[in-house]
Amino acid sequence: MSATLTSALWALGRGTGVVALVLFTSAIVLGILARSGRRVAGLGRFGISDLHRAAALTGAGLVVAHVGSLLFDPYAQLRLVDLALPFLASYRPLWLGLGTLTLDLLVVVTVVSLLRGRLGPRVFRVVHWATYVLWPIAVLHALGSGTDAGSTWFRTLAAVCVGSVIVAVGWRLVPSYGGRGWAREPRRSA
Amino acid sequence: MPVRPLHASTERRLVTTRLHIDWTRCDGHGSCVELLPDQLGVDDFGFPVPRSGQRDPVVPRRAEDAARHAVRNCPVMALRMYDAAS
Amino acid sequence: MTTAPSALARRLLDGAGADHEAHVARYGALPGLRLDDLLAAVADSGLTGRGGGGFPAATKVRAVAQGARRPVVVGNGIEGEPLSSKDAVLLNRNPHLVLDGLEVLARALHAKRAILAVGPEIEPGPVTDAARRRPVHLVALAGGFVAGQETALVNGLNGQAPLPRDPFTRVTESGVDDRPTLVLNVETLAQIALVARYGATWFRSAGLPDDPGTSLFTISGSVSRPGVIEAERGARLSDALAPARPVRPAAVLVGGYHGAWVPASDLGARLTRAELAPYSASVGTGILHVLDTETCPLDLSADVMDYLARQSARQCGPCLNGLPRMASDLHRLAVGVRDPDLPNELERMAALVTGRGACAHPDGSARFVASTLRVFRGHVAAHLEGRCPSARSTRARSVAS
Repeated sequence: MSATLTSALWALGRGTGVVALVLFTSAIVLGILARSGRRVAGLGRFGISDLHRAAALTGAGLVVAHVGSLLFDPYAQLRLVDLALPFLASYRPLWLGLGTLTLDLLVVVTVVSLLRGRLGPRVFRVVHWATYVLWPIAVLHALGSGTDAGSTWFRTLAAVCVGSVIVAVGWRLVPSYGGRGWAREPRRSA
Repeated sequence: MPVRPLHASTERRLVTTRLHIDWTRCDGHGSCVELLPDQLGVDDFGFPVPRSGQRDPVVPRRAEDAARHAVRNCPVMALRMYDAAS
Repeated sequence: MTTAPSALARRLLDGAGADHEAHVARYGALPGLRLDDLLAAVADSGLTGRGGGGFPAATKVRAVAQGARRPVVVGNGIEGEPLSSKDAVLLNRNPHLVLDGLEVLARALHAKRAILAVGPEIEPGPVTDAARRRPVHLVALAGGFVAGQETALVNGLNGQAPLPRDPFTRVTESGVDDRPTLVLNVETLAQIALVARYGATWFRSAGLPDDPGTSLFTISGSVSRPGVIEAERGARLSDALAPARPVRPAAVLVGGYHGAWVPASDLGARLTRAELAPYSASVGTGILHVLDTETCPLDLSADVMDYLARQSARQCGPCLNGLPRMASDLHRLAVGVRDPDLPNELERMAALVTGRGACAHPDGSARFVASTLRVFRGHVAAHLEGRCPSARSTRARSVAS
């Protein structure tokens, strides 16, 4: 493998990883916004849901490219088994393992989301909660194994991502979040 | 009386597409109302109201894409489309 | 008003209690019918469901018979409607006739299970004794106004919360244990037991050609002898009420809290679909509640709406929000708030919730509100002028409090 190709793959791997992180961050914020039922000027409520979906699916696509490019990377020395089972890699096993964990969760969440019409809302909702685990693991993976982790621009980017998710989740937990005029509390003993 | 082209009669559908709302799921997000403004209005509490007054409103052919979008877009999966004999 | 004995019938109520031998001596042995024969008899009889919906019984039986799997047959004895006690009286006096209906259907349909579901209003003794040694599972469930709704009953029997579910998938397709499920009111089952024994022609010897047979009625309110009677279908309202001896009737609530008012001036109306249609009323579960001339109908209706709003399963937005809104507007009208927009607002809200719920609760509650405004139009107008024509109005007290 030529040095040019190797460095191109390395750049592709890094780039797709960083953009995927940004997209997943957007997907979480948009998902929380969509669930709130609030309207954003110029987008409409359905637009937020569509964007949430587009960001998440594009992010998933980029993760495929990210993993694919690193599979051929001579430094990372990834084996196929490392794509499924975490913490077995020879190169930075902990930080790469977190990436594998992210990938596993991402596959489950994506497949369940695409099949939610068949699986029903209960399964969908429970599995979708896994994104709140998936995203922090992905961030840790990026900070730990990313080549750019030490650079200022990446630290700034990561801080912005973490900050937005903390703000969004914080809002999600405020009682007025679901405040569209009614409380949904089905009686359990009719 | 204007003469309608022949193919117009073959376009008459024997089945109509209807939109069903599962009210036990509906949370009143309102994205379906935005996507189907001619078919759905919104009530005092933010929940969709079929403008036709039908329980499961008929979806005209020109609105089928928008209805499919609404079904896919509903955050709580409260919508479905089905064909029924008209 | 003269008593017309012809209106009364004795098909269901003079049963033999829990004693099976006496029951067989009274009605004869239960024949084993093939599905085709049973279906033909039930269809020819013209029997309609006695649980409120008034749906032809044969249509439901046919629907489960076409199912892919062996069905489950369920007798609905929840009777969550507080003004009704006809199911309790029937199961007390004639439990075997209800069990006969379940058994003859279960056999003809090769049902996987036959279940008799009873609510807390049913006295457990006689029905428990009768169900012993009969191929029927007796299940006691929690009550509540909406617990008797078909889908809520199925959810309850499946071990889930007894709340209505989205009716998109009919229980005749998938209900108890995901099997095709036939849910029939216990009175309907007793009628089927009679049709199976004596045939459609006999069944049609009572009632009217387009609404044949007999029905149980629970009579309450301003009467000197409240209770359950059996009358021919299509009897005049006055004749059905006569045995209970109404006292100064102003109006009769036909069909219970999900029903509609018929003013006392129109008690000559027959209890048929056609003659009750102008009032938006239907026989429903056979509730006849008499309102006297001294009680303020708006006071009473507001209290009923409070109850109905509280009984919402709180699953569907329009019901959860719309019913309390109607209750509070009715109270405002009742206590004499002189807002001329109140009746329009109530009518608008009634139309708004109709057809927008998983069960019949919003529709039935809206029908009650619309009927109250229509039948007591003059009374509403008087309230808007600041006076109440009823002698025993609580308006003064309410305003003072």
